[in-house]
Amino acid sequence: MISNLLRTFAFLFSFSQDLPPAAEIIRKVDANMNSKTQINLSQMVVHGRRSSRTIESKSYGEGYNKSFIEYFAPAREKGTKMLKLGKRLWIYSPATDRTIQLSGHMLKQSVMGSDLSYEDMMDDRKLSEMYTAEYLGDEELGARKVWVVYLLAKVPDASYPSRKVWIDQTHFVPLKQELYAKSGKLLKRVLFSDVRQVSGRWYPHRINYKDMLKNGKGTDFIIKEIQFNPEIPESIFSKAKLRK
Amino acid sequence: MKLAFQLAYRNLIGAGLRTWLNAGILSFSFIVILFFDGLIDGWNKQGIRDSIDWEYGQGQLLHADYDPYDPFTIDDGHGKIPESERAASVPVLVRQVSVYPEGRMLSVKLSGIEAEQKLLKLPTGQLQKSEAEIPAVIGKRMAKVAQLKVGDRVLMRWRDKNGVFDAQEVTIAGVFSSNVPTVDQGQFWIPIRKLWQMTGLHEEVSYLIQKEPKAVSISGWNYKSQNELLKPFRELIKVERIGNSILFTLLLGIALLTLFDTQVLSIFRRQKEIGTYIALGMTRWQVVGLFTAEGAMYSLFAILLGSLYGIPFLFYMTKAGFGIPEANLQMGITIAERIYPVYGFSLIFGTVLLVVISATVVSFLPARKIARLDPVLAIKGKVL
Repeated sequence: MISNLLRTFAFLFSFSQDLPPAAEIIRKVDANMNSKTQINLSQMVVHGRRSSRTIESKSYGEGYNKSFIEYFAPAREKGTKMLKLGKRLWIYSPATDRTIQLSGHMLKQSVMGSDLSYEDMMDDRKLSEMYTAEYLGDEELGARKVWVVYLLAKVPDASYPSRKVWIDQTHFVPLKQELYAKSGKLLKRVLFSDVRQVSGRWYPHRINYKDMLKNGKGTDFIIKEIQFNPEIPESIFSKAKLRK
Repeated sequence: MKLAFQLAYRNLIGAGLRTWLNAGILSFSFIVILFFDGLIDGWNKQGIRDSIDWEYGQGQLLHADYDPYDPFTIDDGHGKIPESERAASVPVLVRQVSVYPEGRMLSVKLSGIEAEQKLLKLPTGQLQKSEAEIPAVIGKRMAKVAQLKVGDRVLMRWRDKNGVFDAQEVTIAGVFSSNVPTVDQGQFWIPIRKLWQMTGLHEEVSYLIQKEPKAVSISGWNYKSQNELLKPFRELIKVERIGNSILFTLLLGIALLTLFDTQVLSIFRRQKEIGTYIALGMTRWQVVGLFTAEGAMYSLFAILLGSLYGIPFLFYMTKAGFGIPEANLQMGITIAERIYPVYGFSLIFGTVLLVVISATVVSFLPARKIARLDPVLAIKGKVL
C-alpha cells in the first residue's frame, strides 16, 4: 500500500536544460521513486480524537497493477490481507475466514479508520500520463529548496483534477503535495519527510496523509524497511495467497 | 332456551361481585385486543398512505441495474430517461457522496429530484425558492445525525461520471418531517438538474416515480407497481400481527382460565341445585345448556362492561393517538410518531365473536360433567 501511495505521489518529471523544467523534474522524480518491484515493512499510525492506533504491515508491489499487503498488528488486524490486481481489490479477514471483493461505495470507506480510502489505494496510474505540469517557482520548505509544480489533469478520469507538488531540488523527492477538487477546493494534503538514501535512491520514510475536509491530524505512514527491485514470486499476487 | 337464559341471568346477577370480577377480567382482554389490533390497523393504513405520499407514488420504474436496497448498485444503476415516461413520471437520480458537518465525515445518499414535482410530499418547493448554489432538503433524522438546520452550509464531496472528485458547500433549504425513514435517513435531496450538472450524468436517472398507475415494459427498466412496492411493509405488518396474536392468546387465556375455574367451582357448589333441576324435569343436557349459557353470559357482561369504559378510551385514542418510543422511530421502518388506531366493523365484530365463542366453549367444558351425574346423589350433594 505504501509503495502504491508513494508511486501515486511521485511524479514523473524529467530535467534537462533543453526541456521545459517541469517535465524534466518529472523524469528525475520518476527515476528516483519508482522501481519494477518493491517490498516494504511499514507502520500506519491513525490519529484519532483521543488516541492513535498503529497498524503494521508488509507489502509487496509489482508495477502499478499488482500489490499484496499483510497486516501484523494490532492483534485485531493481524492476519488481514489485501490483494489488488488491476482495478479489483480483495480483502481477507481471518476473523471470518472470508475473502470479499470490494466495489461500489465500499471503496469510498476509509482503510482501517485512516484518512486514506480504498479508492485512493487503487488510484495508481502514472501521473505523468494523467497530468500536464506547470512550473510555478522555487520555494523553501523547511531547510530544503524545492520546486513548486502545478499539475492539471489531461485525462478526463483523474480522481484529482489538479495538484500542487513541492519537489526537493537536490534529491528529486516530493516533500509536499496538495490535491484539489474540480471546484478548486483543497481535499487532501500529503507531507513527505525523513528522506533517507536506500540503495542509491532518496526516499521519504514518513508520509502524513490528511483529509483536509475532516478534523484530525491525519494518518502517518512510516517505512521501516524498503527493498527496491527484489524478486517476488508470482504466487504472492494470487487469491490463494490470501487464505494462506 | 329462553328459560335457560333467564335463569342464567338471575344466577349471575345473584352471584354479585364474583360475576363482575370475571366480567371485568374478560372485558379487559376484550378492550386490549381491540386496542392493539386497532393500533396495527392504524399503523398499516398510515404507513401505506405515507409510503405512497412520500416515496412510491403510483408505482416506480427502476433501472435494471439499480436496487434501492443494495448500495453497491448506485454507481452503475442509472440510464437515460425513457422518452415515453418523461412526462408521466418524476425522475430521481441517486449518487453516493460524503458530507463533512463540523469536520466529521458522513457517507450519504444524494438524490436528485425535480424541484417542481408535486407528486411526493417532499418539500422540493423549498429547493425552487432557495437562491443557494446547491440547495438541499433533508429529513429531521438526517438533520439530527448531521446536526444541521435550515440555512446551515455543509461541505459535500462527490465524484462525477468519470470519477473526478469535486467538493462544494451545500445549503440546507429545508428540513422536513416524514414518517418514511427511507426518504430521510442518510439522505440529501437536491434539484435533479443540479445533480446532472454536478456529475455530468445529463438526463440520467436511477428510477422514475409514476404519476398515474400504469404497467409499462421497457427494456433495461423494471416496473414495480404500488402493490409490489408496498409488499415489504405489508409483510412487516403481518409479522406484527402474529406477534400480537401471541400476546392476545396469553391474555385471553388467563381470562378464560378464570372463567373455567369459576364454572368448575360453581358446578361443585351447586350440585343440589343441579339435582333439583333434573328432579323437576329438566334433561341433563338442558342443565348443561343452563350452565353454558351462564358462561356465555359472562362474555356478554364483559362486552357491556368493556363498552362502558372501553368506548370512551378507544374513542379518545383515535383522537389523541398512541405515542411511539423514540428508539422505534430510529429502526428504519415506516412508522409515525403517533399512531391513530382504526377500529373497523370486522375488527369489532370479530373480537366480540372471539370472546363470546371462547367463553362459551370454556363454560361448556366443565359443564359436561353434569350430563353424567345421578340426580339422587346430586340432590344429596355427593356426586362430585
